[in-house]
Amino acid sequence: MRLVSSWGRLSACPHDVLVLNDRSKVSNVLAGHHPGIAHGMGRSYGDVCLNPEGVLWNTTGLDRFIRFDENTGRLTCEAGVLLRDVQRLVIPRGWILPVTPGTQLVTVGGAIANDVHGKNHHVHGTFGDHVKLIKLVRTDGEIIECGPQLRSEWFAATVGGLGLTGVIVEVEIQLNRAAGPWLETETIPYANLDEFFQLADDSEAEWEHTVSWIDCVSRRGGRGLFMRGTPRGDFDRLEPQGHKLTMPLLPRISLVNRLSLPPINMAYFYFKKWQAGRTVTHYEPFFYPLDNLLEWNRMYGPKGFFQYQSVVPREFGKDALQAMLEQIARSGDGSFLAVLKTFGNRPSVGMMSFPRPGVTLALDFPNKGARTLKLFERLDAIVREARGRIYLAKDARMPRDLFESGYPRLNEFLKYRDPEIGSQLSRRLMGA
Amino acid sequence: MENKKRIVIIGATSAIAEHCARLWVQGTTVELTLVGRDATRTERVAADLRVRSPQSNIRVVQAEFLDPIAIQTVVDAIAGHGAVDAVLIAHGSLPEQSLCQADLTTCHEALDINGISPVLYAEAFAKHMAKTGHGTLALIGSVAGDRGRKSNYVYGAAKGMVTRYAQGLQHRFAGTAVKIVLIKPGPTDTPMTAHLKNQGAKLAPVEDVAKKIVDAVERGQAVVYVPGKWKLIMWVIRHIPAVIFNKTNL
Ligand SMILES: Cc1cc2nc3c(=O)[nH]c(=O)nc-3n(C[C@H](O)[C@H](O)[C@H](O)COP(=O)(O)OP(=O)(O)OC[C@H]3O[C@@H](n4cnc5c(N)ncnc54)[C@H](O)[C@@H]3O)c2cc1C
Repeated sequence: MRLVSSWGRLSACPHDVLVLNDRSKVSNVLAGHHPGIAHGMGRSYGDVCLNPEGVLWNTTGLDRFIRFDENTGRLTCEAGVLLRDVQRLVIPRGWILPVTPGTQLVTVGGAIANDVHGKNHHVHGTFGDHVKLIKLVRTDGEIIECGPQLRSEWFAATVGGLGLTGVIVEVEIQLNRAAGPWLETETIPYANLDEFFQLADDSEAEWEHTVSWIDCVSRRGGRGLFMRGTPRGDFDRLEPQGHKLTMPLLPRISLVNRLSLPPINMAYFYFKKWQAGRTVTHYEPFFYPLDNLLEWNRMYGPKGFFQYQSVVPREFGKDALQAMLEQIARSGDGSFLAVLKTFGNRPSVGMMSFPRPGVTLALDFPNKGARTLKLFERLDAIVREARGRIYLAKDARMPRDLFESGYPRLNEFLKYRDPEIGSQLSRRLMGA
Repeated sequence: MENKKRIVIIGATSAIAEHCARLWVQGTTVELTLVGRDATRTERVAADLRVRSPQSNIRVVQAEFLDPIAIQTVVDAIAGHGAVDAVLIAHGSLPEQSLCQADLTTCHEALDINGISPVLYAEAFAKHMAKTGHGTLALIGSVAGDRGRKSNYVYGAAKGMVTRYAQGLQHRFAGTAVKIVLIKPGPTDTPMTAHLKNQGAKLAPVEDVAKKIVDAVERGQAVVYVPGKWKLIMWVIRHIPAVIFNKTNL
């Protein structure tokens, strides 16, 4: 048994960790040791990748490439390959992952199981939109190959399926053409939500990537920085040197608190505002700004932190955001990492995928126990009323009714579950 | 023929070897021969390396690890293709000490695969390197070979044999261009040690260990502990007087 935490570090519970590293032997391991749940890099914030006192099938040993066709951009690999290793392999050869989350230190399997999204949802949808084939191993030994056209109901259940339909062993992905590692980027300060929506609408036609940082502490009602980027091919520069900094110790208290937060946010806003404008940026710092600050999740102290990410339909978007920001500013908690982004209109492939048309807000909150949970209840009420949903990859506490109203295809999904697979999240929200 | 570096890995499916291979093909193109017992698994490693480095030539050779005649044949065939620049002998398995004590067959197999087999492979390559006066021969030993301890002395004895053997080869090739490298990894995070990790052991990441090995082979360094701290730790362990050592629970 080994103590395992997820990225939010809210718990460290013993798990029986079994390493999968031979793809032809996965079914042997699953058969002998269940119930369990697949665990990639544990970059999910809550309990979707945890199974306390039970088995975890660690997939990071399944890290081999299988085939890459440089002419068509089709990549086949094992499910434990990191997005970082895919990017570093394919970008120099003129290809790129069409969709990537804000960290590249996640596995391909984890990216599929949470059907992750990036800054370009309005152009390229979710990660699952680019997956052509999944090889899934079930605990009874059955191997299911599925894709958008092949056993597509299994595909729809497995993309965004939270690891509950089986263990993904092999994956085929269609990459996009890339002219190089560079992006033209622009940062634009905005003063309120109206300006944010205006910028989002104006940018989405011409900019592949859009995202914004919003100051959730200031009571001035939603000022922030809008960032947009678009690939640029005609650049030939030296690659940046990656400097890695690690949070050295676990601070005894959270470094993110009522005293530290307002000045940090203010400084960030003015510093960036001062830097605003157009520039050329390498894809790594643009897509993955935190990856060089290894283990930054430690700065929230020993009790860990929550991330609260919701999406609400556009028609209620502004009111809901306003109401949430007000609750957060009033609570005085909130965090530095507050991200606001619009999703495009493309429906997600997965039955349980998070992205849907609308606007999504993601915030970190240091875990202050009951007080934080009380704030979440107030935010939940706003999300519920706006007919929104909460991202399961980030969740550790949402009430079941909000889960059920947010994910209307739940009953359809349950038919594809593997009875010998379960996580802390599935027990909390699905009863088993 | 072009001047690609020729590298041979014995036991190419071992996690440490596989990560060394990834580093070797990264950046430059090489001619790599992967020798493994299980052809399918070795082929899988090769496929991954071919994706990483389409310009490299990657060959798979299936081989027997215990039979001296078969070893000789395989090595002669590989060397017959042209002078080898570097050989990494990486295979092994971590037996459970209690099983070795309970059953002589298990004990015998542990000694064979961790001691005899690497020595036979090295000896076969040494013959060719002596002839060509060229190449680096690297063997993976272990910190466990530095002093016998009750918790894993059968494995330690086999690795101790590799240590003595490498010393002898270094003596034999002293003053020539042939370099003998002995690598002594501490506990490394690989499938072989997964049970140790579950018991809470702190293990070195295999990528870091591989990086140090590839560097040591490049430099032709005689003895290298990875991670480096094991040099000091093992110096202490070797020098604890037996009266005290035998009271410890190492
Ligand atoms: C700094 C940071 C930024 C992030 N930014 C974004 C973002 O922009 N967009 C976004 O969508 N997400 C984002 N995330 C969340 C992250 O992308 C997801 O949580 C991702 O799924 C983590 O992958 P992982 O390999 O760590 O999987 P884990 O967290 O270990 O597991 C996640 C889920 O995948 C399942 N799983 C893993 N491997 C397999 C497999 N082989 N077969 C079946 N199931 C499997 C697990 O069972 C679990 O349900 C971010 C996370 C961090 C830490």
